[in-house]
Amino acid sequence: MTGTTGIVMLIHTAFDRAEQVLRHWHKGGCPVVVHVDRSVGHADYQAFVQAVRDLPHVRFSKRHRCEWGTWGIVAASISASELMLEAFPDVRHVFLASGSCMPLRPVKELVKYLRDRPRTDFIESATTADVPWTVGGLDEERFTLRFPFSWRKQRWMFDKWVEIQRRYNLRRSIPDGITPHMGSQWWCLTRQTLSAILQDPRRSVYDSYFSKVWIPDESYFQTLVRLYSQNVESRSLTLSKFDFQGKPHIFYDDHLQLLRRSDCFVARKIWPQANRLYDTFLSESGDAMNGTEPNPGKIDRIFAKATERRTRGRAGLYMQSRLPNENWENGFSSARYSVFEGFAELFEDFESWLARATGTRVHGHLFSPLRAEFDGRQDTYAGALSSNPQLRDYNARMFLTNLIWNTRGERQCFQFGPGDSQFVSWDMAKDPNAQISVISGAWAVPLFLSNRNFGDLRAEAAELQKVEAEHLHALRSPYAKARIRIWTLAEFVEAPMEALQTVIDEIGGVRLKRLTEAPRMVDLKGFGQFLQNLKNQGMHPYLMGDFPVERSPSNARTSRRKPYLVK
Amino acid sequence: MRLRRKRWRWRAFRKRRQLTPVANRTAQIRSSDILLFSTFRNEDVRLPYFLKYYREMGIDHFLMVDNASDDGGREYLAQQPDVSLWTTDHSYKRARFGVDWLNWLQSRYGHKHWCLTVDPDEFFIYPFCDTRPIRGLTDWLDASAIRSFSAMLLDMYPKGRIDETLYRKGDNPLDIASWFDSGNYSIYRNPTYGNLWIQGGPRSRLFFEDEPWRAPALNKIPLVKWHRRYAYISSTHMLLPRGLNLTYDEWGGEKASGMLLHTKFLDTFGAKASEELSRSQHYAASQEYKAYAAGLKDNPDLWCKWSEKYINWRQLEILGLMSKGNWA
Repeated sequence: MTGTTGIVMLIHTAFDRAEQVLRHWHKGGCPVVVHVDRSVGHADYQAFVQAVRDLPHVRFSKRHRCEWGTWGIVAASISASELMLEAFPDVRHVFLASGSCMPLRPVKELVKYLRDRPRTDFIESATTADVPWTVGGLDEERFTLRFPFSWRKQRWMFDKWVEIQRRYNLRRSIPDGITPHMGSQWWCLTRQTLSAILQDPRRSVYDSYFSKVWIPDESYFQTLVRLYSQNVESRSLTLSKFDFQGKPHIFYDDHLQLLRRSDCFVARKIWPQANRLYDTFLSESGDAMNGTEPNPGKIDRIFAKATERRTRGRAGLYMQSRLPNENWENGFSSARYSVFEGFAELFEDFESWLARATGTRVHGHLFSPLRAEFDGRQDTYAGALSSNPQLRDYNARMFLTNLIWNTRGERQCFQFGPGDSQFVSWDMAKDPNAQISVISGAWAVPLFLSNRNFGDLRAEAAELQKVEAEHLHALRSPYAKARIRIWTLAEFVEAPMEALQTVIDEIGGVRLKRLTEAPRMVDLKGFGQFLQNLKNQGMHPYLMGDFPVERSPSNARTSRRKPYLVK
Repeated sequence: MRLRRKRWRWRAFRKRRQLTPVANRTAQIRSSDILLFSTFRNEDVRLPYFLKYYREMGIDHFLMVDNASDDGGREYLAQQPDVSLWTTDHSYKRARFGVDWLNWLQSRYGHKHWCLTVDPDEFFIYPFCDTRPIRGLTDWLDASAIRSFSAMLLDMYPKGRIDETLYRKGDNPLDIASWFDSGNYSIYRNPTYGNLWIQGGPRSRLFFEDEPWRAPALNKIPLVKWHRRYAYISSTHMLLPRGLNLTYDEWGGEKASGMLLHTKFLDTFGAKASEELSRSQHYAASQEYKAYAAGLKDNPDLWCKWSEKYINWRQLEILGLMSKGNWA
C-alpha cells in the first residue's frame, strides 16, 4: 500500500536538487510521478532516471516540451496525473509540484492535513474579472485570442499578432458550459475531481480550446475544476509569489526564518544553491508545527513591498537606478518644506524667530549667489552637501532634492528671493510638497536701508523686480502645485501677525498654538518716500503694492502688535 | 552607433598584440563561470585582499592585465591558480585607460559569461551581498532578462589625514577608509549613449568645487552578461550597444543596483598621485590628479562632520545610494 497523497513533479533543471526533494517526498510515504521536460537531453534524463531507480514508488511519465505560457505544461500535468491515478490506486489527493518546490513542513503533516479534508480541492480559481495580477494586459483576452507565436522567442510576432486580432476583432469563442477561471498553477486535487476532469467525454473539446489559450497552466484545471468539484478551496497550498513581470520570486538562505514562520506546506521557487534551506527543510528533524494553517502574510508583505519599490520607488529620490522622467517622479521631493520670500528682508531676526516658533530647521538664502546659507552658515550640510555656489548651481534641482531627502524627518525652511539663483523657481512652484509664502516687493527693503548711490539702487531694483515678477508668474501659473501664499508688502504690513500665524499653523500641523512672540520688523519710516523716489527716477516699483508717501508704518505696527503680545 | 561600436572593437582587436600572456589559465573557465576583469599598475599591496574579497563573493576566474608593474604584483598574481595574467608596457592612455585591452579580453573570453570589471581599489557591493553569493545575483538577473547591472562608485575615505594610517598587505581597506558622502550627488543623462552622468562625493566637494563639470564620473556598469559584440566606451562608465546603459528606471520605479566602494584614498594615494602626475597617463591630462595634489597639500582630510560611516549594504540602500529593486 502506498500513501494517500501522490506528488506530480515537473522537472526541467537542477536535477540534483530535484532528486533531493523527490527522495524527501518518497521517504514521507508519497508516491511520485515525475515529468521531465523534453527539451532536457537524453543523457541527462537517463542519468536522472538511473539515480532514483532504487525508489519503488516513482514513475516517469510521457515527456512533453514545456515552454512557458504554452500548452506543454498542461499536457505534462495531464499525462503525469493520469499515470498517477492509474499506477497508485490508493492515492486520494494529487499534489502538483515542481523540481524547485520545497516542502517546508514534514510530509506527514501535509498527508494528515489532506486526509482530514478528503473532499476538498485546493486550487486557486478566480474569474478573470477579479484577478489583478495578470501581466502584459492579457486577462480576458487570454481566452478569446489565439497565440500561435512564442512569447519568449518570437516576441515581436506575438505582440503584432495580438494587435492584429484586436484591431480586426478576431475572437474565438469559449466552449459552452465553461467560465474561464484563473489562478496559481500549483494545485492539489482529489482523485474524484481529477478523474472527472480527465475522463470527461468533452475533454477533447476543452483540450483543443485550451491548447491555444495563453498560459493555459493557469487556467485549464482552474476552469474545469468548477464543473466537477464539490468543494473548491480557492487557494494554493504552494507558497508561490510572483513579481511584477510575472516571474516567481526566489527564496534564498536568508529567507529561512521567514519560511519557517510561514507555516506553509510547500514553497517555490527555491534557489538551487540555497544550501541552508535544503539542509534545514529536508533534514529528518523537521520540527512539527501542530497542524496550524498556512500563514504567509509576512512573506506577502515583503514581496509586495519589493514590487512597489520596483514600480513606484521612493518619492523624491534620484539615484543611479531611479531617474524618473519629468512628471513621473510621484513627488518631486521626498518631504514637505517651506520657502519664505521677503520675510528675512522685512524682519530683522526672522530666521531665529522662525526656528523658535516652529521647531523646524531654518536656513538662510540657500540659493544665494555667494554661498548656500545653511543653518548656522556651515560649510557642509546633511549628506555632505557643499555650500559652494558653483557646485550647487551645477545641478540646483538635485541640490534641493538632495537636501530634502538627506533631512527626511525634519522639516526644512529656507529663504528665497529675486537676488538668488532662480534655477529651481519652477520646480518649487510645481512641487506639492513645497509651501511657498511670498511678500512681494520686500526685496526693496534692504535697498531702502542700504547706504548706496541711488543710481545703482534704481538699476538693482529694476532687475530684482523683473526676476521676482517672473518667479510670481511661475507661482501663479496653472502648473503650480505648491501651497502658495502671496502678499504684497503693503498688504503684509497691514496685518503681519495674522499672515504669519496662517503660515506657521500650516507648518505646525498638530501643535496649534498662538504666536506669543513677534519677529522684529525693520523700521519702514520713509519707505513710501523711497518708492516715490524710484518712481520719480522713471522706475515703476509695483510688486510691493501701494505705499502712500506720507504713511508711517512703524507707528501703526506697534499698536497692531499689542494684542498678540498678551497671552 | 553601430559604427562607433565597431570602431571600439576594432581598436581593441588591434591592441591585442600589446598584451603578452604571463599565465594563461583560461582553459579552466567553465561555461557558467563568473569572470572578473581588471587592469592594474603597482598595486601589489592591494592584491591579496582584492583576490580574497572577490573569491569569497564567488568569482570563478580572474583575468588581469598588468601595466608594467615593478613591485612584485605581477609575480604574485602569476602564481594564483584562478588568475590569468597578461602584461603590457604600452601606454595606458593610448589604450584608452586600459579599456581597449579589457575589451579585447572580454570579447575573447567573456562571451556568454557574467563579467565583472573593476579596479583593484574597487569593491563591489550588491543587495544581499552578505547572505547571497554573486551567482544568486546573476541567476536572478538572468531570470529577469537583465543584461547589465549598475554600481555607482562611492569614494571612501578615512577620518583624519589620509596619510595617517598605514595600509598593510591583506588588510581590509574599508577598515581604514570607512567614511563616505551620502547625499551630494548630481545626475544628468547622457543623451548620446543613454547612460547617466553622476558626479559628486568628496572629490567634487573638495577638488572640483569651482569647476564641478570636470569632476570625475561616478556612474559605472561593472557587471554585464557579456556578448562578444559589446564594448565598453570609457572605463566602465558606458557601453555599446546603448541598451546596456539603461540601468535606471525612468517611470518612477527603482531598478536593482549595487555600489563600488572606491578605496583609493589610503596612505598609498600620495605616492600614486605624484607618480601618475609624472606619467600623465590619466584622464583629461591627469586633471584629476593635479587637483588632488593641490588639494591634498593644504588639507589632506576629506572627512567632514556630515560624513557617514559605512556599515553594510542595507545602510546604503536606506540612504538611497543603491536599491534592491524588486529583488527580495
